[in-house]
This record gives sequence, structure tokens and C-alpha cells, in this order.
Amino acid sequence: MGNPKGFLEVKRKEGGNRPVSERILDFSEVEQTLDEEDRRLQASRCMDCGVPFCQWGCPVMNNMPEWQDAIYRGDWQAAINILQATNNFPEFTGRICPAPCEKACTLNIHKEPVTIRENEAATAERAFERGLIKPQPPAFRTGKKVAVIGSGPAGMACADLLNKAGHHVTLFEKDDSVGGLLRFGIPDFKLAKNVIDRRVQLMMEEGLVIRTSVHVGKDISAEELLNEFDAVCLAIGAMKPRDLPVEGRDLKGIYFAMDYLTQQNKVVRGDQIAEKDRILATGKKVLVIGGGDTGSDCVGTANRQKAKSVTQIEILPKPPEERTPDNPWPYWANVLKVSSSHEEGCERFWSLSTKRFVGKNGSVTGAEVVEVAWEKDANGKMLMKEIPGTKRIIPADLVLLSLGFLHPVQEGLLKELELKLTERGNVHVSRNHQTSKAKIFAAGDAVNGATLVVHAIASGRRAAQDIDRYLQNL
Amino acid sequence: MWKGLPDKSGLYNPENEHDSCGIGFVAHIKGQKSGEIIRRGLEVLLNMSHRGAESADNTTGDGAGITIQIPHRFLVSKGISLPEPGEYGTGIVFFPPDEKERKAIEQWFYRTAEEENLTIPAFRDVPVNSSVLGEIARRSEPVIRQVFLTGDYEQDELERKLYIFRKRIENEVRNSGLSQSSYFYINSLSTRTIVYKGLFTPVQLKEYYPDLSDPAMESAIALIHSRFSTNTFPTWDLAQPFRYLSHNGEINTIKGNRLWMKAREALLQSQLFGKDLEKLFPVIEPGKSDSASLDNVFEFLVMTGRSMPHAITMLVPESFNDRNPIPNSLKAYYEYHSMIMEPWDGPASLVFTDGRYVGGTLDRNGLRPSRYVITDDDLIVMGSEVGVQKFSAEKIREKGRLRPGKILLVDTKLGIIIPDNEIKSQLSRQNPYGNWLKENRLELEKIEVKQRIPSTIDQYETYLRIFGYTKDDLDMVFKPMALEGKEPVGSMGNDTPPAVLSKKPQRLFSYFKQHFAQVTNPPIDPIREGLVMSLTNYIGALQTNLLEENPAMCKLIRFQSPIIINTDLGKIKSLQREEFSNITINMVFDANGGGKALQEALDRICREAEQAVDNKINYLILSDRAVDKDHAPIPSLLAVSTLHHYLIGVKKRMQIGFIVETAEAREVMHFALLLGYGASVINPYMAFAVLDDMCKKGEITLDYKIARQNYIKAIDNGLLKIMSKMGISTLRSYHGSQIFEAIGLSNEIVEKYFNGTPSNIGGIGLEEIAEEALIPHREAFRLAPVKEVYPKTVGIYHWRKDGEFHGWNPETIALLQWATKTNNYEKFREFSNLVNSQNREPNFLRGLLNYKKNPIPLEEVEPEENIMKRFVTGAMSYGSISKEAHEALARAMNSIGGRSNTGEGGEDAERFKPLPDGTLIRSAIKQVASGRFGVTTNYLVNADELQIKMAQGAKPGEGGQLPGYKVDKIIARLRHSTPGITLISPPPHHDIYSIEDLAQLIFDLKCVNPTAKISVKLVSEHGVGTVAAGVAKARADLITISGNEGGTGASPVSSIKHAGLPIELGISEAHQTLVKNNLRGRVRLQTDGQLKTGLDVVLMGILGAEEFGFATAALVTLGCILMRKCHLNTCPVGVATQNPELRKRFIGRSEYVVNYFRFLAREVREIMAEMGIRKFDDLVGRTDLLEQRTDIDHWKARTVDLSRILHKPKEAEKFPLHQVTHQIHPIDEILDRELVKLAGKALKNKEKVWISRTINNTDRAVGAMLSGEVARRYGEFGLPDNTINARFYGSAGQSFGAFLAGGISFTLEGDANDYLGKGLSGGRIIVVPPAGSRFVPEENIIIGNTVLYGATSGELYVRGIAGERFAVRNSGAFAVVEGVGDHGCEYMTGGRVVVLGPTGRNFAAGMSGGIAYVLNRNGNFEYFCNKGLVELSPLEDRSDILEVQMMLNNHLLYTGSRVAENILSNWDEYLPMFVKVIPMEYRKVLEEQKLEALRRKLEATEDSPQYHY
Repeated sequence: MGNPKGFLEVKRKEGGNRPVSERILDFSEVEQTLDEEDRRLQASRCMDCGVPFCQWGCPVMNNMPEWQDAIYRGDWQAAINILQATNNFPEFTGRICPAPCEKACTLNIHKEPVTIRENEAATAERAFERGLIKPQPPAFRTGKKVAVIGSGPAGMACADLLNKAGHHVTLFEKDDSVGGLLRFGIPDFKLAKNVIDRRVQLMMEEGLVIRTSVHVGKDISAEELLNEFDAVCLAIGAMKPRDLPVEGRDLKGIYFAMDYLTQQNKVVRGDQIAEKDRILATGKKVLVIGGGDTGSDCVGTANRQKAKSVTQIEILPKPPEERTPDNPWPYWANVLKVSSSHEEGCERFWSLSTKRFVGKNGSVTGAEVVEVAWEKDANGKMLMKEIPGTKRIIPADLVLLSLGFLHPVQEGLLKELELKLTERGNVHVSRNHQTSKAKIFAAGDAVNGATLVVHAIASGRRAAQDIDRYLQNL
Repeated sequence: MWKGLPDKSGLYNPENEHDSCGIGFVAHIKGQKSGEIIRRGLEVLLNMSHRGAESADNTTGDGAGITIQIPHRFLVSKGISLPEPGEYGTGIVFFPPDEKERKAIEQWFYRTAEEENLTIPAFRDVPVNSSVLGEIARRSEPVIRQVFLTGDYEQDELERKLYIFRKRIENEVRNSGLSQSSYFYINSLSTRTIVYKGLFTPVQLKEYYPDLSDPAMESAIALIHSRFSTNTFPTWDLAQPFRYLSHNGEINTIKGNRLWMKAREALLQSQLFGKDLEKLFPVIEPGKSDSASLDNVFEFLVMTGRSMPHAITMLVPESFNDRNPIPNSLKAYYEYHSMIMEPWDGPASLVFTDGRYVGGTLDRNGLRPSRYVITDDDLIVMGSEVGVQKFSAEKIREKGRLRPGKILLVDTKLGIIIPDNEIKSQLSRQNPYGNWLKENRLELEKIEVKQRIPSTIDQYETYLRIFGYTKDDLDMVFKPMALEGKEPVGSMGNDTPPAVLSKKPQRLFSYFKQHFAQVTNPPIDPIREGLVMSLTNYIGALQTNLLEENPAMCKLIRFQSPIIINTDLGKIKSLQREEFSNITINMVFDANGGGKALQEALDRICREAEQAVDNKINYLILSDRAVDKDHAPIPSLLAVSTLHHYLIGVKKRMQIGFIVETAEAREVMHFALLLGYGASVINPYMAFAVLDDMCKKGEITLDYKIARQNYIKAIDNGLLKIMSKMGISTLRSYHGSQIFEAIGLSNEIVEKYFNGTPSNIGGIGLEEIAEEALIPHREAFRLAPVKEVYPKTVGIYHWRKDGEFHGWNPETIALLQWATKTNNYEKFREFSNLVNSQNREPNFLRGLLNYKKNPIPLEEVEPEENIMKRFVTGAMSYGSISKEAHEALARAMNSIGGRSNTGEGGEDAERFKPLPDGTLIRSAIKQVASGRFGVTTNYLVNADELQIKMAQGAKPGEGGQLPGYKVDKIIARLRHSTPGITLISPPPHHDIYSIEDLAQLIFDLKCVNPTAKISVKLVSEHGVGTVAAGVAKARADLITISGNEGGTGASPVSSIKHAGLPIELGISEAHQTLVKNNLRGRVRLQTDGQLKTGLDVVLMGILGAEEFGFATAALVTLGCILMRKCHLNTCPVGVATQNPELRKRFIGRSEYVVNYFRFLAREVREIMAEMGIRKFDDLVGRTDLLEQRTDIDHWKARTVDLSRILHKPKEAEKFPLHQVTHQIHPIDEILDRELVKLAGKALKNKEKVWISRTINNTDRAVGAMLSGEVARRYGEFGLPDNTINARFYGSAGQSFGAFLAGGISFTLEGDANDYLGKGLSGGRIIVVPPAGSRFVPEENIIIGNTVLYGATSGELYVRGIAGERFAVRNSGAFAVVEGVGDHGCEYMTGGRVVVLGPTGRNFAAGMSGGIAYVLNRNGNFEYFCNKGLVELSPLEDRSDILEVQMMLNNHLLYTGSRVAENILSNWDEYLPMFVKVIPMEYRKVLEEQKLEALRRKLEATEDSPQYHY
């Protein structure tokens, strides 16, 4: 398979990003792509390992060695077939997955993993471009009806598989468009929304029924749903954001990151937002609290809105630049991550705890932070200690809270269904994704808490398989 | 009470007995009877004592015996009233000691005699001297009486009557139910010969039977045999000679031969015997050895009218393919007979006599030595060795040897020796065989095609699914085979569960494992020694009556490969005419019926087939083309084997041939199984459809026809390899020979459908077999709304997340690396807990075991340090792994008191010296493998342990190849070869064809390095226990049993997957058999194969191991991530590569290895504390500490029964369970002790010394110990030339001058046996005939086989002819010889050989380096040369000419050779006759080297100031 010596002959080559000066002027995708020959060479670097750690690292179990080989051979049809057999939406993950596969890639032992993520995106794009991805409506229908609630990556994946298994599937979405966080959370400069539309179109052609702007639990009762469908899958995400209940939290100018990002995404697609509701960073000193991917998206968005300055702070210590001995290959690497958004201009601080917000005239002007130290206790648990005398104020007139998410929204549907929840407030499911009610299954962040898109897809797929089994035994 | 062989218990099975031996005869050619002949015969026996063996009591021999002409004068002198010679018959009979039973049998003698019109004039009590017996022999000693029979018949008729009489009595006693019936045995019953034998050492034979020393005893013929059995249950009746034969060797195809013979009985008719014929059945006595069965059939053929040469050439024919120089008429003779009798295949040296004729022959491979001497007073002495009889030089008329496939026959009546070509030409003229063939036998290729049948198939994908085709099959099996015509190669070991534990549905094929030869017989190299191999077989009306010869018997179709394409099958189907009629039987069963339906379908098949035989149909086509939604395929192997056994049972098998038309078979193993269980021809139509599809899709970038041709070629070569790894040469005899064992099949299934196949852990039944066929079938017909990607990879070879389980998976690899790199024991516990719980899924047999707990405080358990001494790392050569990895392992093991293993490939002598800080980085274990690469005397003396690798877990029975691109300068230097030249390791050790040969090599090595332990590495298979017992008797100090899971740098994937057994079975069988034999106490047992955790160590310890080997795990700690790319040299972590760029990526450190072993030891201690065991030795063999789990609910795994593995032999109560004493090595009183003394001055201060001694064939390995002393003191290059000069007179024993070190010169006046100059390391050996000899030296054999094996440097001059395999694997020695046997210069990689006379066949096979110069006097050398790797050219180059002249000059100087003198003095006349034989690869490298030297010289002239004056 492939070229066994490819990795010796070809260096890792990334598509790279558009120049900062250019890309911050628009919301188009940042990442560039390689030409076909380069792409094939990159794929040739895959060694077809006896133990493909990449596949182990991949939540959806993408069969890397086999489609890398197909790319190398220039057989894009085979490549997309292999890829789609494990991943419904390679065009999404190819763009936004942090690629645990590459962390686990055997070539990453020497820090030059195969460009698996880019290869994935390239495979999907090439396949769409050449019409290799065609609607595959099921040849027959089972007559069983399934409702999937929530059209984020988990819901989409689940609905897609169940539809292809021949069930009548209806995908409910409370927003006006399908995609969930893919559409409204992730900025266009990372994932252009026509990529989602293209996929949704395909799924509809395959017979999937999509009902947007239907908020189950409000517009349609759970009871109705249970009467109408043989099975229901909840893929409602973990939309409850973690708040920062400190003094001054109610000052104007402090927003949840997701509200900020969603609004911008809507603006990009052409929605008109009333001036009073508009959250704009233009000319402002922006403080992003929370060092994760969402925070990073805020940074990029703020820069594109021409913020005066952008600062991002994180309560945890600064991660090391290299793997530490207790974080070896092939495990996920807990190292400092510099996103394209960070490159675009941003000051970053770590080990800062936010004590309170200060403001003037009801509007925020800054946040008081204190440096903290982290120590391990006897049980190895990390404990935080404030360092006396390190309080200071970071000036800010727009504060974006990206502290992660707690659990799914429990009001409404979950309450009405009286489903059992976990300690953390997520939907409790058994091993086969069944909730405390036989007919109802759950998948994605609603079950696992907020995590990567690829985990959501994986969860949606597994739930679909369980639901299919459930339906077959009905 | 002792009754010979113990019953089957635990894993020990008496069927696995092997033996081999010394054989020979002494005869007076003119038939003059005398006591001297008998005396000489007994002497010959004595002089081959070292070829036999002793049991645990050290006095019981394995068996010895003698056949002589009936000593009429002696018998009369004893007062027995007898008619004239020829008018009575007699024989020695073993009776039960129980008097009642004996009398009962004697009554049957009288009664049967009466019924056959014979009278018994007398019984004679044979005087015996029981006091000489060893204890074991005495326990089974029978009452020995001699019976006499007369009747009113002429001699031949009487002889036949005696035969009937004997067979009747044998049957009667066998079926009598007497409690001591197993004592009973009739040694012989003849009017011509009598056999004296028993459970003796050679010396005891004469002492036990005073008859033999009686002055009145006379015979003109004495045929002798001494036995070396693999274990200590040899029995009285299995001693040899048998009635006609003595056999040294092993019949590998014995199971098949026996079954076919049984099947034939139904059809036999004899004019000589008429109705009496049935009394002779069964022709083969049940429960006897392979040699005994061969004798049975030989006797039967001779008794029913064939001559002895006729019978012997039917049973053990010589090779007759086009690479053998024999006349066409003889080829026709052989081909005709191959149709009526398959070869009894395996190494064989045979001597036989009927009282008038006495003769000997070798099988086609001729691997057993047989030398003879003829004197001027008409004595002929033949034996496994030369020198067994001493004659003064001037009395010797001729010295010769038996040659492969050739017969030597003496007619003592006419007083002549009949040469082979005369015998053969007579045989081939008996009938017009050639014409018979021409007129009757069809050739498949030549049958007219009426209709082409396409390879495509309707419902392609459905068939793919029904038959479980995976993407692994397509990518890893079909693609490489189609593209390269070779079997796919893989690396690292097999870490997937056995089929019965796998959670993935398996084909029935996967429940079988290939057998392979180890120690007791050699595997063959099917590539380099293709001249003995053949895939030709026949199908058709097969035979009617074996005892007749007529043209109708060859109405068969001959095919050259058992794999036929669809059109060929069509041809056969359309042949519907007399003798070629056929019907098709569907191999399908009701898909809705489960096991019961399968059972019914099998019954139906048997019924239909039997009906077909009754309807005179000639062949059956078993087809699974008829599968559909309601019909699932019967596993083709099950159908074939069931039918085969059924038809044998109803005696209808010989009348019909099987053709299998199946979609199931795809890889080599599948075809091998089908053929091995009775199929003649296979049409794998689905495999062709797959190839066709892959070609169409562009996945195989070849024209379909070429792809198909390549695929068939790959299968054919794979079959040859599977056959040859068991030492079998012909498909004809492989057919139906069942060289497999089952693992995970229930006893009922095996007994009913695979009878005779070992199966030791129980397993699945018909219900589960049906289910496994039905799972993919259901899947195939499951309606899927959207087409899924199919086929998928299921992880058979490479790990996949959702696929087949692999013991080495991302989690286990990552955790082990993490733990050892950070020295974190907690992490290690995570690792071991994960591994143990995965094992208990269960994925490995040990996962089915629980140990019993009885905790004690940890402090009471012996320390970690003690336990670490039990650990060794696996044999991985520097060459297969990088220098960095190799040294890291050595450094680590030396620091913890364990041992690392150098592997096959030498070791840099620099590493033998400790580093300045005292660190030692040499490998404690030095391996001696078949290639002998880098095995110099210096290498041997720098070892604590010398390991003889008989087999390797990943490819037992196969050789290896290190491709030229991996051989860089350093590796070439260490292996004494040339950079860039491919190195081939032969499948067998060419000095180990049998157990006594192994004993010889152990002796050789012990002589070189008396302080080193000698270990022997075996691979787990059924019967490894008896092999281990033999190895223990051959005085190995340590035995390693490797599991089939073991790793490799490169091996055919079918071997990785399908050869050998899991270690649990191997180690238990070895341990149990050794305990039963009371041999366990004198050897240490070691085991390896996918061991990972402390629990693994403890469990294997309880099953019998004292030491533990780790290879993969150790490499993983050094960074190995199971890439399985070792064979491609692209290891990305610098472990298994020589590429300097990749080696830079090596991130391992010896500390990690140390951490690993320390953790292991710690864990072992903790488990021991839990079990209440203080010392590890106390748990070895304590299977009472284990129990099989009862909580397994997996539908297949729960059928497994480990009680045989956990069996504790009852002998365990009295015999030790672990090593308690050391082997006694007989090296205290050898000739070398004296040589060392005499060479004292030379050893001490390099003073020159001269030594002169007589020598006997019992003086073996002369020079080895002396050389060890030299190397120990003076290292690699030894002493200055000619420092120690020794002259010997007489016949030298085996391994004369072995490992002779630099500075030693040996001159032998006389002759020498095999292995002369083995491992020559700089010394000089000269062999000349004794002064006064009258024979012409250049026409006589004066040295034996396998000379200069693995020589690395030094010189050899031989005034005379050498045997087979002269200079095999020579990598540096210079030699001159005056003629050689077959396979000269085989696998040679360096050095120079000048041959001044004829060569045998297959010269230069596998020769990749060095040069041979052959004097081509007859102009036919080209025919005898294997030109696979070499080219032939005239001797023209000036430097070549000078080289040859110099060597001839030396030859003349040292040996006084007339031949050399003549050539040198007539140089111009002889020069054109010389042919230069040089490997093409080697010539290129030499030319490059010359250019390089020239370039340097030029540069030097330009730049060097000394040239600028």
C-alpha cells in the first residue's frame, strides 16, 4: 500500500493559511489547499502501519491507511468511499477537527505526521468537485419512523445513517437552518456555510425530512412526537454555557461567546441585526475569558470586526510547548496551541482568575484578575491558589465569556420527558444510547457534554446503529 | 505393569515417536558363509554406538539388531532335528512373560500351523543374558523363543506360507484381548534369514544373545541397525532390522501412505496367494513405527511377486523430473509406478536383504550418509559411517557411497555386485511403460477445449460475502500474489487469537496448523533443490489392482499443478467417456437448518459419492457453485475430508478421484489443506473472479491472464514450500497425508471427519461449524437499503479498531512505552492489567486459566534479581535489527543478569571486550543457525550459551533470506560475506538431518566451548514433546520451545498465521513428555512467544518453563510500534532497519529494557506471594495450581478444554519437575584433550609443535577443542600459519577439523566422515589416501558429506572425491578436491573451490558469492550446474589463472596429487577445460570493487607526496 518509503522522500507540507493582512479583511476560509500532485505526495507519506495509531486516535475510526493509499493512487472515488464508510461528513472534520489522528500518527513520534486532516478535506472537496458524491437514497423503506431532535453534527450523523438504513427520518431543528453549532457557532472563516448546505441538500435528496424552526417541546409537544414516531433521538447539544458569577457580571458589554459568534455568523449569511442588539468589537478593547477553541474563534471574529485590541485569558497554567514525559505519544497532546486567530493579533495570559468586573456608567471597563498557582494535592488533584499581591485590572469594553458549557438545556423538553440525568446534568443513557425511556435515545453533547465535532459525529453514528437495532427488533 | 509405549495421556502421544540411527551391512560378495561376517557386523554396530542413544537410566539402549542368513550348521549343532536348509523356516518370537498367555499363543501357533498345512517340529528357548539389560529394557523384557516350521512345499511356496502364518498369528494375538498382547512380536519367520534384536545398546546385543558368539554361527550376510529414538519409550519390537529392511530416516507422509494402502486392500488380487490374500490384511501392522510400516509394504510387494529392487523403487523412487540425468525409459518406469503407488516420502537410507541379495539405497534427497568399502577378498562393508571396519590400505579395492536415489545390490549367489544402472535398465524393460503411458495417459494441457468458461461470476458481491472475502484478502493476499507471483511477506509475529477464540467468524481452514520438520528430519529447500520437487499428480480411474501391471492402469489425467482454471474444469467435465466419467455433488446445506442440516448434507454427499463409485463413475466434482439464499456452503475442507475418510472406510476410495470446485479456497494454506485431506485438483473459481474484478478495477495493474498465471504460480510455490517444510518432495505423496493438526475442533469432529489429525484442546462441533458458515451467509442476504462498502478490512494482518483482536494494539504498545520510558511501575500495572484482561476475553489460551491463591508476605519470596536471571531476549540478528537496538538489548540484559541473543549473523569481535567502565555489550547467547553466518571459533568461545536454532516461531521449517540491500559493509564483514550480496539461510542445518546429527553438533559445540551451555530452539507443534525428549537425550543443556506467535523480520504471511502451535500447548507437551521420560531433571526449559506480563511468566512457569524469552516486548520498550515493515527496511523508529537515516530516529535506551524486566520480575514476585510460592522453581510444572475457568460464555470459546494442558503425569510424583542436575557431556576423554596437552608450547608461546596420532571413526570433532583454546587466547585470527602441525592415520570420525583455527594444520592419511572442516576458521586440512593404497584416489570417496559447512576461512586439499554438498555455505575457505557429489558449493557466499573431477547434480545452487573452478573433462558440466544465480565462463582472466595455478600447486605440494601434477604439467591442454562458476551478483560487486581500488590507486598516484619526488 502507498509508497513504503514515501515518508523518507517527501516532507510534511501543509496548505498553510492566507496571509494575515489579507484574511482579516473578510470572513472567508483561512486555510489554503495544496494542488493535486502535492496532495498525493502527502498521502504517500502514510506508511500503512501494522498498528495504525491514527485510527485508534480517531473517534469515528477513519481508516486512514486505506484512503491515504487511495489518494496516492489517485483513486478519489475509492478514497471518498472508504472515508464516508466511517465518517458522514469528512468535509466538516477535514476543516475543523483538531485531528487526534495526527497526534497519534506514527510519524508524529518525530513530529512530522501525515497531513491527515487536510487530506480528508481534500478528499471530500475533490469528490464533490468531480461529482463522486451522489445521493444514495435507500432502495426500500422499512416503514419505521424516527425523529431526530437537533441538527448539529450528532443529529445530522444520526439522521443520515438511519435514513440510509431505510427508516423514515425527520430531523427537527429549532433554528431556521440546519447545522447547530457548525452553522452558528463556528465562524465562516473556519467553515464556510455552503459546505453545510451542500451536505444538507444531499441528505434531503436521499429522502431525509427536515423540519427547521420547530422547537420540540414548544412548537410540538414531546407527547405528540412519541405518538408519531417509533423512536426518538435527542441530539440537542449542551447549550447551557458556564457563567462567571462575579461582581459586575451584569454590566453592559459582557456577553457569552456563543451569542457573539452566532450573531456574526448570521450577519455573514446576510441577516439584518437591529443596531441595539448588535455585539460589535469594532474599535473596542476586547477581553476573551477562556482559552479554548470558542475563545479563539472570538479572537478571530473580534479582529475581523477591527477591535482595538484583543486579550485572551485562561485560568489554567500555560501549557508546555512540547509534550511532557507524562503526556507521551500517541495520546492527545496537551500542548500550547496557537490557532490562526491567535496569529492575527492577540495578547494571551494564563493562570489568571477573574475576580470581578469593573465598569463605568453601567458598562464594563475592565476585569480584575489575580494570578493563580496550581499545585497537586496528595491525590494528584490539581488545586488552585491565588498568589497574593498579583491583582490587576485588564481594561476591556467588550468581555466575551467562553468558559465552556455545562450541560444541555434542561428546561422544556428534558423536563417534560422526565428523563433521568447524570450528576453533571447530561442526559443519562445506557450503553446502547437508550435513555431512561425505552423509545428515546440520545447522542452527542447532550450525553457527553460539550466536546469536539468529531465526537458528536461518532456519537450520532453509534446511536443510529443502536436505534436501527432497536427498530429491527420491534 | 510396563508394556512398552505408555498410553496417550495429557499432551503426550505415542504416535509421535521418531527414530533414526546407524545402519549397515557386511557381506561376502561370493556368498561364503563365516562367523567372521557376523563378528564384523557386530563390530560395525559397535563403532556406530555414538549414533544410537541411551535412556534416562543411561544403560538402556534404544534398540539394536542384526539380520543374518539362517545358521543351519549352528542350529543342527544345538541338537534340533531339521530338514535340509530351505525346507524349514524359523524365527525368533517375543512372547508375553505371563506363562498362561504365552502358552495360549503357542497353542494358536500349533492350530494355525495345522490349518495352513505346516508342522512345528520344535520350539527352542533362546538363551539370553538378561543381566546386561538396562532397567527400562528389563521391565519390558519378553520371553524369547525360536519357532521352527516345516511343510511340504518348495522353498518359495513355503516362504509365502510362513508369511500367511505370521500374519494370521499377528492378527489373532492383536485381537485376542490378552493383557500382555503388546509383548508379542515375531521378529521374522523365513527360510532364509533370521533377525536377532531387542532393546539394547549396540554392545548389549552380542552380550544378550550368546548365540551370536557361538563358533558354529555362520552367515555370508550381516545386516545391522542401531536406533536413536526421540524418547525413552522405545520398545523391543520397534528395534530393527525388520523382516527385510533396516531404515535410517523418517517417512514424513506416513499417515497418507498408510491410509492409501488401507484403501487399496479392497482391490488387491494375487495369483500367488489367491484366496489366502485376505489373510494378509491389514498389510500394515497397526501401532508400529513408520519404518515398520514401510517394511510391511515392502515385504508384501516382494511376497506377491515383485523383486526387491522393483519394490524399493516403487516405494522410494528417485527423482525423475527433467533435471535428473536418467534415461527416458526409466523415467517412464517411474512415472508409471507413481500412478499406482505414491512415494513414501522422507529422508531414508535403507539396507535390505532376503538372504541372497543384500543391498542399499538412499531416497531422492540422499540426506543420510551411506559409505561402503570393498576389499580385495570380496568383503563389502557398508555403513552410515566410514571406518566402522578397519582394513589395511592395500586390501581396499574401492571406497564409495550410496548416491541419492541409487541402488547398490549384491547377489551373493552369483557373487557379483549389480550396479545401479544395470538394475534400473532391467526394471525399465519389464514392460513397455513408455508406450503404455503414451497410449493411455492424458495430459490436462493437451485435452481439447470445447468451450471457454469465463472467470466472471454472476452475483459477484453476494459470493464475496457468502464466502467471507475481506479487504485483507484482496490487499494482502491477492494483490501481491497477482503482481509478483510470490506469496505475500509480512513481519513481526502473530498476535491474534486462535480461530476458536476469535470473535470474528473464521473459515474452517483457520482451525488447522501446518506441521513442519524439526530435528528428526530436515526440511527441504524447494527453490534451490527444486530437482527433487514435483507438483505432478494424476486423477482418474486410479488403479485397480496394485499387484498387476497393465496399460489400463495409466488411464489417468496428468496435471502439473493442482490448481486448475475454469476452462480446464470444463474440459474435464466434458470428457464424459469411459474411464473419464464424472458427476458433480453439491457442497451446500440447508441454510435454515443449522448443525443438523450440515450433518444431513454430509451424509448425503457420502451417499451420493458411494453411489457414484458403484456406478463406475471415475471422478467427483465437489462444487459449492450452487449456493443461494437457502443453501449455505459446506466448508470445503469438511466436505472433502469427510468424504475421503468415508470412502476409505467403505473401501471405495481408490476407485474415484476428487475435484473440488470451490469459492472458499483463496490462500496457499487453503489449498494445502484440501490436498492434504484428499482433494486431487482444485478449481478456485471465486479466486479467479476476484482477480478478474481487481484487474478490471485497476487495483491490479496487469492483464488478467498474467495476474492469474502469477497467482497460480504463487500458490504452486507456496504448496511446494508447505510440503518441503515437512521434508516432502512430491505432491503425489503429500496428497491425503494430513500433515496438519487441528486446534479448537471437538474430538467428535476430528474422529469422525478428520481421523488421525491431532487435536488437543477440544473445541467446536458441527453446530458451531454450521453457524460460522451461516454468519457470512446471512450477512450476504441481509437486505441493505444502501449499498455498503464491501469488502472491508477486518484486521487479520494489520490492527483495525473494529477488527480482529491483536495482543499488540495501540493501548498496550503506548502504555508499555510510557511505563518503561518513565520508569513508572503504576503505569506498568495499567499495562499488564490491560493485557491480562484482554487475554481473558479470552484471546489466548492462557486467558482461560485461573491460579489458586494462598497468600504469604511478599518478603518471603525470592528477590527480583533471582527472577530476572530467568529472562532472555529473543534471537534477533544484527542485520534484522539495527546496531543501536542490538547493543541496547545486550547492554540491558548483561546488567540484570539475563541474557541477550545475538541471532543469526555474527557479532563484532570488538564487542567481546568489556568497555573501559566494565560494561559488557556482547550477547551472552550466540546463535548457530542454518546459515552459519559469522559463526567463527572466536564467536563460539565468546558465549555463555550456544543456541542451535532448529526452527523459528514465525516460519518453522523455512529458511531465510537477507536481501542484498540490507547487507552493508559492517554486516557483510560480520557475516563473512560481500556487501550488497543477498544471503540465503537454508531451511535445514545441513549437518542436522536427524537426531543423532543434532547430538553430533551439540558435541562439536561443547568441544569448542566446554563452558557454554548448549541450547536447542524448537517450535511448538504436536509432537514437540518427543522431539524435546530426543534433544534432551542428545545432551542439550537447555531447550527453548517457541510459540507460533513468535516474531520475524520477514516471513510468508501464511507461515506466520498457519504454522506451529500456541506456546501453551508446546511448553506443556515438552514438559510432560520430559517428566514422563525422567529427562526433565537434566534440562532447563525456556519458552517464548508473545509473553508480555508477569502473569504470563507465572502461567508459563506453571506449565513447565523455567526461563522466558521476550523479543517483541523488549523491542517495544525500545520504540518498536509494530509497523510490520521490517522486511521493507523502512522501520520509522530505527529499530528494524539498517538505513542510516532511519537509524537516527532510534529513541530507545537500554534503561527502558531494564525497567521492563525489573517491572516484570516485581510483578512475578507479587503473584508468587499471592500464590504462596517462595521460590520460582517451586511452581515450575505445578499444574495443580491452575484451573480452567468456568465462567466463559462465548459460544466458541466455551467449547475449549484445557485438561490435557493441565495434565500432570503420574511420573511427576517420583521424577523432578524442573532442572536439578546437569547433562553429562562425553568430552572428558576425547582425543583433543591430548592434542591440547601436546600443543601446550604453541598455545602458551606460539612455539611450533608437531603431533602424530592414529585416529578412528569414533574420534569425533577432532581439532574443535584445540581450536577453541587457540581462539580463546589469540582471538579471531588464531596463531601464525603452521604453528600446530598434526598428522593423523586412519578413518576420522565426523566433524574432523571442525572450527579449525588459524595456525593449525591437520593432515589426515586415510579417510573421513561427514562434516569435515565444518566452520573452518583459518586452519588448514589435508586429506590423502593412506600410503600403500591401491585404489585410484580420484575415483574413490575419501571424505563424506557436507564438508566445509559454514567455513569462514582456511584451506582444504583433498586427494580424492567428496560426498554431497561440498563447501555448502562456504564463505571464505579455499579448497581443492578431485570430484564432488550433488549440490556442490550450495549457498556459497565466498571463498574459492577448485574441482578437478566430476560434479553431481545441482552444483552452485543458491551460490551468491565466491568462485568455483571446475575441470569440465566430460564437457557436460553445464547440465549438472544450477544456473539460477551463477554464470559460467572460460578461465581467461590472468588473475584467475594465477589463482587456480597457485591452488593446484599447493594441492600438489600437500597431497602429491597425480591429477594436479598432470594438469599443471600439461597446462595448455587443460586450461580450456576449466569452467569458471561465478555468481552474477558477485561478479558485479567484484568489478565495482576493482574499479574502486583502481580509482584509489590513481588518486594516490596523483596526490601522494611519495610519488612526487
